[in-house]
Amino acid sequence: MTARSRTTIVASTCLVVSMTASMLLLRHIDQIRPPAIVDDALYLSSPKLVKRTALGFDGLMACIYWTRAVQYFGHRHFNGEMSYGELAPLLEITTTLDPQLYPAYQFGASFLAPQPPNGAGQPDRAIKLMEYGIAHNPDNWHLYYDLGFVYYTELHDYKKASETFERGSLVPNAHPFMKILAARMAEHAGDYLTARMLWSATYEGSHEKSIRRNALEHLRALRVDEDVANLQAAVTRFGERTGRLPVSMTELAAAEHLAGIPVDPDGNPYQLSREGRILLEKPDDFPFVTGGLPPGYKAPPPEFHNNG
Amino acid sequence: MNTRVTSIAFNTFREAVRDRVLYNLIAFALLLSGAAVLIGQISIDIERLVVVNLGLTAVSLFGVVIAIFIGIGLVSKEIDKRTLYTVLSRPVRRWEFIVGKFLGLAGTLVVNTFFMAIGVFGALFYVAHKFSRPDAFIFVALYFIVLEFVIICSLTLLFSSFSTPVFSAVFAFALFVIGSFANDLRNFAGMTHGVTRWVSTAAAYLVPNFSALNVINTVAHQQPLSAQLIVQNSLYALFYAATAVCGAVLIFERRNLK
Repeated sequence: MTARSRTTIVASTCLVVSMTASMLLLRHIDQIRPPAIVDDALYLSSPKLVKRTALGFDGLMACIYWTRAVQYFGHRHFNGEMSYGELAPLLEITTTLDPQLYPAYQFGASFLAPQPPNGAGQPDRAIKLMEYGIAHNPDNWHLYYDLGFVYYTELHDYKKASETFERGSLVPNAHPFMKILAARMAEHAGDYLTARMLWSATYEGSHEKSIRRNALEHLRALRVDEDVANLQAAVTRFGERTGRLPVSMTELAAAEHLAGIPVDPDGNPYQLSREGRILLEKPDDFPFVTGGLPPGYKAPPPEFHNNG
Repeated sequence: MNTRVTSIAFNTFREAVRDRVLYNLIAFALLLSGAAVLIGQISIDIERLVVVNLGLTAVSLFGVVIAIFIGIGLVSKEIDKRTLYTVLSRPVRRWEFIVGKFLGLAGTLVVNTFFMAIGVFGALFYVAHKFSRPDAFIFVALYFIVLEFVIICSLTLLFSSFSTPVFSAVFAFALFVIGSFANDLRNFAGMTHGVTRWVSTAAAYLVPNFSALNVINTVAHQQPLSAQLIVQNSLYALFYAATAVCGAVLIFERRNLK
């Protein structure tokens, strides 16, 4: 063996051993040190300043800030936190950098508007974001749809929702559905059919899997809410008729001439409590329902799915 | 073209390749493939945008760095190694040396950009599974990036014809940054009065306008670009680079090489 070969073998062995040792040590150090606190600070909070420092590569910076916003929201949402202080500034920086980044408006509004823990509880900032998007992309009817959605679902301001859908319907190439939604919102804003139409439109109008999954969950929740409301009305009718509460779902079903015991969208039968309340058998499977929940029910932390 | 200029250009290209300049393609490929795979998992609905934005930004920044760091040594290295005297002792004019160096460096960057463009389109196909008609505008963005390189090559050559490599790099990089703010500079000039207005307007027209050549975000959103813009940007880059190369020739012609 030549001297050169010996050196190669020794150096290679040392390299592998040293690298492995340093990695193992680092793992050990990580275990004994307190976990690093995720720093949510925005060092540059001015959108204009960030735009200047991007040196013209605004598009890439917008993608980076958008990813940061998604990660920020995702982390806090997963941990069930109630405050999302940096979310609106992150979205404002993102959209200032790239006013045409549609996902930042579409998802940003759905992050900002809902009440905690489902969102930041800042519908006013969501509206501001969407109006900024509309001002910079007046030909994108989807933005009007998303803004109308915020008015409808979060603020229950049906007049504004109707006006927004109406504005959107005037955009060239707008989906004909916008006109129907505007009219429906003006007349029957609060009913289940309108809500179902909205979520169905969202489901059919998006190719993004997470949006479709969310819309599907809302559609399932709407069916449960409607079922629970109908069954609860049946319980009231039964009480008025007999002067007592039904003792079981079988008795209620028979009194209402139902074909069988009513089941939720997953096929699980609805339950009847001793107090005459209609309950879901597995409420954890319906994250957006408002009815059929046991008293004091606390929703589990959200599940995160893979894109596939 | 003049065969002496061609020979110098070809040797400049060969020297850059020997200096392992094209190794940056490995880093580029890793960056782009990593981003294409990773971004779908950590962000929402921007896979295509990231590939186009990141790809074209990397092409631009890698090229600018190569242009500056090779460009600054084009003249000084030849003087330090004393190879310049060998070249100029042959029937080669000083202007031919400068023009040849410029074309060689620009050629290196064109080849580099060509390979990177293949990477960008490969990553785009990976995330989108197909190409659409507006993707053709990415070629225009790549062409504008090449025009940007042409201007930077000419500027680094201009600086290296009279300054040290360190100062040439500082000047070239500063001009790249200022050129990226060219539109702001012009707006600033519009807001001032008197002598300040004259000076700032002159400065705004003197520095290269890189912001006009940056259409990365436009093509990322699949928006069209006018033929007029393509023609005018081409002419602008050509005239600006010619100005800088002529300046380099004039300085180098008078430079005392003893």
